[in-house]
Amino acid sequence: MKKQLLLTVSSNRVVAPGWHHMVLEGTDLPPVTPGQFVEVAAPHGATLLNRPISIFDATATTLELVIAPVGDGTKAICDAKVGDSLRVIMPLGKGFTTEFPVGSKVLLVGGGVGIAPLYMQLCTLIDAGVKAEVLFGLRSRPDAEFCKQYEALAPIHICTDDGSFGHHGLVTSHPAFGQHYDMIQMCGPKPMMRAVAASAAERGIPAEASLENMMACGLGACLCCVEPTEKGNLCVCKDGPVFNTSLLTW
Amino acid sequence: MVTDMSTQLGDLVLSNPVMTASGTFGYGFEYEDFMALDNLGAFIVKGTTLEPRQGNDYPRMAQTPAGMLNAVGLQNPGVEHFIEHTWPRYGALESKVIVNVSGAKIEDYVRVAELLAPLEGLRAIELNISCPNVKQGGMAFGTTCDGAASVTRAVRDAWPRHLMVKLSPNVTSITDIALAVEGAGADSVSLINTLMGMAIDIERRRPMLSTVTGGMSGPAVKPVAVRMVWQVAKAVKIPVVGLGGIASAADAIEFIMAGASAVQIGTYNFVDPSAAGRIPAEIDSWCQAHGVSRLMELKGII
Ligand SMILES: Cc1cc2nc3c(=O)[nH]c(=O)nc-3n(C[C@H](O)[C@H](O)[C@H](O)COP(=O)(O)OP(=O)(O)OC[C@H]3O[C@@H](n4cnc5c(N)ncnc54)[C@H](O)[C@@H]3O)c2cc1C
Ligand SMILES: Cc1cc2nc3c(=O)[nH]c(=O)nc-3n(C[C@H](O)[C@H](O)[C@H](O)COP(=O)(O)O)c2cc1C
Ligand code: FES
Repeated sequence: MKKQLLLTVSSNRVVAPGWHHMVLEGTDLPPVTPGQFVEVAAPHGATLLNRPISIFDATATTLELVIAPVGDGTKAICDAKVGDSLRVIMPLGKGFTTEFPVGSKVLLVGGGVGIAPLYMQLCTLIDAGVKAEVLFGLRSRPDAEFCKQYEALAPIHICTDDGSFGHHGLVTSHPAFGQHYDMIQMCGPKPMMRAVAASAAERGIPAEASLENMMACGLGACLCCVEPTEKGNLCVCKDGPVFNTSLLTW
Repeated sequence: MVTDMSTQLGDLVLSNPVMTASGTFGYGFEYEDFMALDNLGAFIVKGTTLEPRQGNDYPRMAQTPAGMLNAVGLQNPGVEHFIEHTWPRYGALESKVIVNVSGAKIEDYVRVAELLAPLEGLRAIELNISCPNVKQGGMAFGTTCDGAASVTRAVRDAWPRHLMVKLSPNVTSITDIALAVEGAGADSVSLINTLMGMAIDIERRRPMLSTVTGGMSGPAVKPVAVRMVWQVAKAVKIPVVGLGGIASAADAIEFIMAGASAVQIGTYNFVDPSAAGRIPAEIDSWCQAHGVSRLMELKGII
């Protein structure tokens, strides 16, 4: 069941240049699955419409988000101080596949702030005995504390386009990308996801992509967020945001 | 409710005047987690056409100050799908449903009305003669008196129950159009549909919408809508349903004072999905605080 809740900011930390990791607290948060998202109301009416943000992690009393302040809405949200309240609608959409035979190999590919929905997915896969690896394409290095969360769970590979750390180049040129996997799951800029999907398809690896179309309602009511697919126009907010790439006509 | 909130649109009696606007409320089910749909006076479902429609290309929406532009283009699975798959799900809510009927040709509007007529629990349809997003679409009907009257008259003959006609604000004189559809047999008029607008992404040097122009809605359009409701309510004898930017009980009361017998909440459903379910109780509280025992006492006091 979806809920609209008033949550209190209990932590708001810059974990990489241009990335805020926020922890919100409340009671009776509804259960969520990895890859689902929330709508956050920008404080002080900074924008009329709410902002879709992926769930980084969640429990019955906490919601964690990673947000890049790129415009009026996300800036107002990132400006929230510890103790401020944010109105949140959650959980929304359909997330990543989480059921795999034990011992399956899954690669999680994140580009930029698109890494956000992959953390909870990683935790879920590891708990289920899946061998998951993480491949991130980033512009700058997140702080050690943030990276540790991943390192504790699985092998993590990082690429930067300028080579300032990690592998120099695109995620598709990283050696880890060339391995075989039973599934690739990703979130990030469309050009990255298209390149990953094309390569996965060539190698017969199924892939799932989390899309970020512009949204108004987030509930499947307005039909603003549609993505053309093999099954016609589907709502990213309700039928997605995660789609099997074989459905997409991008 | 302490206040008498009931309202009458001719033969259509509503428990309260708060409805939700077509295209902003899906088929109602999308909002069930956020309100008891039964709290609404009625809810108007997505624009329904004879054939299924895929709508316009993405991007279909852009944000504007205190509002938004949309170019959804009447994406819907068609009237037959609605009758077979959606209608049977309403059960006890049937009497709350109003179907918004759209089309490109008069024959299409008539056919949709004929197909809906056997659904006995469906008390009313709203004729969308004003959607600005379909190329040779309804807009042509909505912007001339002759066009508006002819589509209304044709549907009047095919539809036996309450006929609400939704008017476009993109006209020189909305009262002339309202008088024309009244003369052609409309039981009520609703206004306003979206205002034609446009926005440009200057960095990409491209329009924000795939269709270049689109329909503007949200709080920014409210003063225009209140003015039009006030003018139309003074001109016609049939009831007027007011909408455009309503975000609170106060906004709803403003439309009622301007002459509306009922109101619709549109874009605000995207902002606060529980608002429409809460507004009737908030109107009730306002009335109690202001010594108003029957809400419709306020109708058209301006
Ligand atoms: C399902 C989903 C999950 C998302 N998860 C996250 C997340 O975890 N963290 C995060 O930081 N962001 C996420 N986003 C993107 C975020 O919603 C947008 O950045 C935000 O809506 C922009 O609003 P604004 O008011 O700050 O910027 P605006 O002023 O509206 O726009 C600023 C810039 O951002 C671009 N933009 C606007 N909306 C979007 C969008 N939906 N997607 C991509 N770019 C957009 C605009 O084109 C413009 O260039 C997600 C989007 C979706 C649809
Ligand atoms: C995304 C969207 C889709 C809409 N679709 C329809 C539609 O199918 N039929 C219709 O008559 N009006 C449609 N409208 C217009 C609304 O019903 C309403 O007339 C308009 O948005 C003004 O009210 P508001 O400012 O409260 O939103 C749509 C509006 C929006 C924002
Ligand atoms: S954002 Fe409204 S349908 Fe997806």
